[in-house]
Amino acid sequence: METLNFQFASAPASAAADPALCGVVGSGNLEILLNAGDLPNQCVVEIKTSARGFAETWQAVIGAFAAAHPAGGTRIAINDMGATPAVVSLRLAQALAEYQGGAQ
Amino acid sequence: MNAPLPRQWDSLRQNRGRRLERAASLGLAGKNGKEIPVDRIIDLLEAVIQPGDRVCLEGNNQKQADFLSEALADCDPARINHLSMVQSVLALPSHVDLFERGLASRLDFSFSGPQGARLAKLVQEQRIEIGSIHTYLELFGRYFLDLTPNVALIAAQAADAEGNLYLGPNTEDTPAIVEATAFKGGIVIAQVNERLEKLPRVDVPADWVDFTVLAPKPNYIEPLFTRDPAQITEVQVLMAMMAIKGIYAEYGVTRLNHGIGFDTAAIELLLPTYAAELGLKGNICTHWALNPHPTLIPAIESGFVESVHCFGSEVGMDAYISARSDVFFTGADGSMRSNRAFSQTAGLYACDMFIGSTLQMDLAGNSSTATLGRITGFGGAPNMGSDPHGRRHASPAWLKAGREAYGPNAIRGRKLVVQMVETFREHMAPVFVEELDAWQLQKVMGADLPPIMIYGDDVSHIVTEEGIANLLLCRTPEEREQAIRGVAGFTPVGMARDKGAVENLRDRGIIRRPEDLGIDPRLATRDLLAARSVKDLVRWSGGLYAPPSRFRNW
Repeated sequence: METLNFQFASAPASAAADPALCGVVGSGNLEILLNAGDLPNQCVVEIKTSARGFAETWQAVIGAFAAAHPAGGTRIAINDMGATPAVVSLRLAQALAEYQGGAQ
Repeated sequence: MNAPLPRQWDSLRQNRGRRLERAASLGLAGKNGKEIPVDRIIDLLEAVIQPGDRVCLEGNNQKQADFLSEALADCDPARINHLSMVQSVLALPSHVDLFERGLASRLDFSFSGPQGARLAKLVQEQRIEIGSIHTYLELFGRYFLDLTPNVALIAAQAADAEGNLYLGPNTEDTPAIVEATAFKGGIVIAQVNERLEKLPRVDVPADWVDFTVLAPKPNYIEPLFTRDPAQITEVQVLMAMMAIKGIYAEYGVTRLNHGIGFDTAAIELLLPTYAAELGLKGNICTHWALNPHPTLIPAIESGFVESVHCFGSEVGMDAYISARSDVFFTGADGSMRSNRAFSQTAGLYACDMFIGSTLQMDLAGNSSTATLGRITGFGGAPNMGSDPHGRRHASPAWLKAGREAYGPNAIRGRKLVVQMVETFREHMAPVFVEELDAWQLQKVMGADLPPIMIYGDDVSHIVTEEGIANLLLCRTPEEREQAIRGVAGFTPVGMARDKGAVENLRDRGIIRRPEDLGIDPRLATRDLLAARSVKDLVRWSGGLYAPPSRFRNW
């Protein structure tokens, strides 16, 4: 296991609703829990992953997500079992949409 | 001047006669007909095969002459050796045994699939000489030029007493092999699953066949084209949506081939749902050169599909095919007739699009399924995944692609050759690479060329989860490279993109993201699949599809 922490500037997410849970912890998949955070212009992410040595890739994937979506004011917890970046990006978008109640 | 030496002009026929006499002298066939008792098969093979012969062992993705292959491997290497094997697929352990046991020394083939690792080891130990790796059509072509078999060992469903053969739905390569062998002085031996007084239909006439043997068990058939919808991922659904909206719809692709895999299975399962919602029924995917993919059943049942010609059959699909004779090519007896040579010809010349997957792609768009330690070959992909310069008939898709590639005054069209890949395979292996493993494999094999499956200059589009790159619109090698990097996601190759250049390509429509196509990735869910399990496919087929037990979990 490896734990990674990132924080990216991001436009504020619209109206915070209930926390959103997306995906499952299974081989090649991941679970994302998206909560309201303390910093309105920051997306704070903690990743627990079974695949060691991919910090740079995670940084790029989360960075691209935070730049493309208004994810400020959120705290994201990820439990990963070797999901590919394609799956991670899709799940992040799904989790954010659910969090905002489809407001996006 | 010396008079020319008299030449014998029928040496092949005379040689063939001597082989048949040797068999007859052992009490095999001759006056007793063509039926060989199963316990005399090794006697027969040792009588009619000579050292140094070129032997064709039938076997492809589906049907395998497995009994004859095992019998040949059990022959005495002191009597039969230095065989030059010509065969579509090296798939069975006994195929490799021939080389390990010293019966055969040279191999010309198309695809090695599960034996790829053993083959690579034999090459490294210099115990096998590989002539060339071919596409199926090339290899069949060479059967009629410089690789004509002396002996062909084939598989049929049934024989009658005269030696007529019924091949059943898995006709596959048999007609091409038999024609080349029987008409050039060769010997044709068929293993059959059953002997019948009257055949349902005659696929090979008796006078092209020398011997038949009733195999102890039916020939092996691999269910290679069955994909369980339960394993299709949301990312594959997303890519399928992009392919349908961004390529199938835009070019109006009606005639096509799909490669094997979950990516294309996802497209097949989105036709009755997503494609139908886009109003594409009747406008795309009407005519196919395709094995009978079970995942095509919902599209057929929904009325999308007019015609399917098959390379071979698929386990469990026979009853469904028979009941859909408007769609599939079937005989008067009701069962399908496949034919790999003709279907590959359709795939080359009559299809407007090939879409398939690969394991690696480089920055020129060259792709390869060869990885270190495995020699896998090509099968039919390079044939269907290439733009044929011999094509002359036009179609809207072919013309549109040609104009994109060569400008508005183009004098030719262009086949669409689409590579559909997730940027990472399992275990985070990047698909996009600076250099293909094929180059190192070339050195190991001592081959003339690296085993590239599809050449980059034949590729028209690349579909990944990040978007579609249209290589037809690229005007320089630099643009192509950035177009490929621009859909290569978070692979090292993708992250090394020139962001400005990629945005420029996006502005020009050369790269298109899901949002550029009006696709919301969050809507890419498995709910869009017309069938989400094998059981759903059975239901769509009205109970006619009978999946093999390994695909049943109910």
